[in-house]
Amino acid sequence: MTSVRSLYSSQKLALRYFTLSVALFGVMIVFGLVAATQYIHPSFLFPALAFNMVKTMHVDVLILWLLTAFFGSLFWLLPSEFKRDLVGMRAANVVFWLFCATIAAVALTFLFVQTGPGTDKTLWLINQGRKYVEEPRWAAVVVAIGIAVFVYNIIGTAVAAKRVTGITAVIILNMIPLFGLYMIAFPAMTNMALDQFWWWWLVHFWVEATWEVLIGAIVALVLMRVMNASRSVVETWLYIEVALVLATGVLGIGHHYFWMGAPKYWLGIGGFFSALEPLPLLGMVIHAVYDAGEHKMKMTNQPAFYWTMLEAFGNFIGAGVWGFMITLPQINLFAHGTQWTASHGHLAFWGAYGCGVISVIYLAVQEAGGHEQIGGRAWKWAFGLLNTGMYGMGGSLLIAGMAQAFYERAIGGSTFNAYVAAQQTPWFLEGIWMRWVFGLIFTAGYAVLAGNLIAIARRSRVPVAAGTLAVEGAGTR
Amino acid sequence: MYTRDPIFWRAGAASSLIVMVAILIALTINTIGVISVGGANVPPYTVINQAIGYVDDDSQHEYVPTISGSDPLFGHVYDERQATALIHEGKLVIQSRACLECHSVFGTGAYFAPDLTKSWLDPVWRQMWEPMTQTHTRADAMVAFLMHPDKYPTWTREMPNLHLTRDEAQAVVAYLKWTSSINTNGFPFGFQADPDTPNGKQAAVNR
Repeated sequence: MTSVRSLYSSQKLALRYFTLSVALFGVMIVFGLVAATQYIHPSFLFPALAFNMVKTMHVDVLILWLLTAFFGSLFWLLPSEFKRDLVGMRAANVVFWLFCATIAAVALTFLFVQTGPGTDKTLWLINQGRKYVEEPRWAAVVVAIGIAVFVYNIIGTAVAAKRVTGITAVIILNMIPLFGLYMIAFPAMTNMALDQFWWWWLVHFWVEATWEVLIGAIVALVLMRVMNASRSVVETWLYIEVALVLATGVLGIGHHYFWMGAPKYWLGIGGFFSALEPLPLLGMVIHAVYDAGEHKMKMTNQPAFYWTMLEAFGNFIGAGVWGFMITLPQINLFAHGTQWTASHGHLAFWGAYGCGVISVIYLAVQEAGGHEQIGGRAWKWAFGLLNTGMYGMGGSLLIAGMAQAFYERAIGGSTFNAYVAAQQTPWFLEGIWMRWVFGLIFTAGYAVLAGNLIAIARRSRVPVAAGTLAVEGAGTR
Repeated sequence: MYTRDPIFWRAGAASSLIVMVAILIALTINTIGVISVGGANVPPYTVINQAIGYVDDDSQHEYVPTISGSDPLFGHVYDERQATALIHEGKLVIQSRACLECHSVFGTGAYFAPDLTKSWLDPVWRQMWEPMTQTHTRADAMVAFLMHPDKYPTWTREMPNLHLTRDEAQAVVAYLKWTSSINTNGFPFGFQADPDTPNGKQAAVNR
């Protein structure tokens, strides 16, 4: 830190988003633990809070803690790219509070109203009942408005600044599908095959394309800040990753179309391209290792760096390796829709996004507090506990899922009785118990993480300080 | 070296996008035709008036749905308009009761309860639910169960009472019957369809 300067207004808003995001991360864990408990003791909280609503809360809050963290990350990182504050911050602040109110209202609805009669009115006011986009339509409208304002903040700033770097160009182009695809959150097509076909455009192209590109750009910006990595190197890698994400991921959507009524050619196309989807993730690993070696592991923010490294490795393992395991149709026929999928889902979301946004949050608390270095022991405990918990959960669900794929799908023929029999096999039960234990370890890690972030924020040398200046020289080599 | 030039890779990203999206659009247009109601893989809603089965087709080496003979649902033959309205209501009920936050259809949803893709054909309705609910057809057993799942617990995990009316429960049953007729490329593998249906009987003979 060379001098002290006020934070940009978008960075002040970023800190609010990070606070909200870390709080939502905790809420997601609470509902994950309840769901894990219900697998062991189905009578837990039943019927007041049945599994369907617990699971809804778990996955909706998952999306929200990551989405709010993405908003925060770009609000934090972009002013130094544009060399100015972001435009439209008054509207962005309104959106933040609108999000808070909407999240609270939807959570109360899910917990206390839960479901309604089979009418359009229920879909508008109570529950849409579609995975990941369960929020009632009125709330989805608020989210759409929020994303639209966010897109305006980014693109409007680029226009006002008359300055576009390679990284910001990628982010700007990415904003268009990020907003456009969210429109698929609304319809309720009667035909389930058609409904799922378009729904996968939202889920796959958000999670496996636009979010993947966004996190690639965020990682590039973080590496420039914590290691002073060269702009031309990170931009080259970003383009390589984007090229590979698009080359493999666009038609990789076919791996979701194997069993929902779509033509058979998706088995070949989806299997082939999704099997290649780990490639861009491997690229990110090589990139991170290259930069770490190039800069001899010298860094100003240990936790941000290690979380970024884990983001690269975790994305490759969770999304890449775990995804590859089940993506070929010959295996997917048995593994699809089992706890095996849940194992992949947990590790992929964690590796691809969770680790990345935690990295940016560490960077933000450092820069906001004017700390020259971030180190200490607490972050290591959080890092160790969270990852032991997550990879333990992934392994446990993998064992449960393989038992399910074997006993229910391959041998039992997927009937009701086959399902119940598989859920009662020792392998499955052991897996479900182990998942619960590792879930507790993960929760302990979260407590240390939240405590550590709060402690660093409170230790700030200067209450409102210069994050922005530390990076203005970055990337100019 | 040109590979060190970001512009080279930027061109790669742009061309990947253009080529892949063009292919995706072409395949999407074709797929929508196949999966629309009445398309090659998705029968019209009036299929609920017929007997549906699921058999191992040796020529294709996979399980395929079969549609044959008249098998009215709830003793009623639905015309196209009535069937469409009924199935539409079924989908609204499935969404409004958050069914797929425990169950899955086509393997997509949640994994706390069985997949429903071929649930209409599950022998368990006849074996377990018909005696339990004191009904004589699987459709009636399903309706009785859906309306009061708390009255008919089957194992440690119970389905909550989601307060379905009789009309809503019937709509869900119609929806599941229609879903079971969709060609899902052999998913789920090895499903033992109820021998009570005409095709199920044939499947049992083949086995």
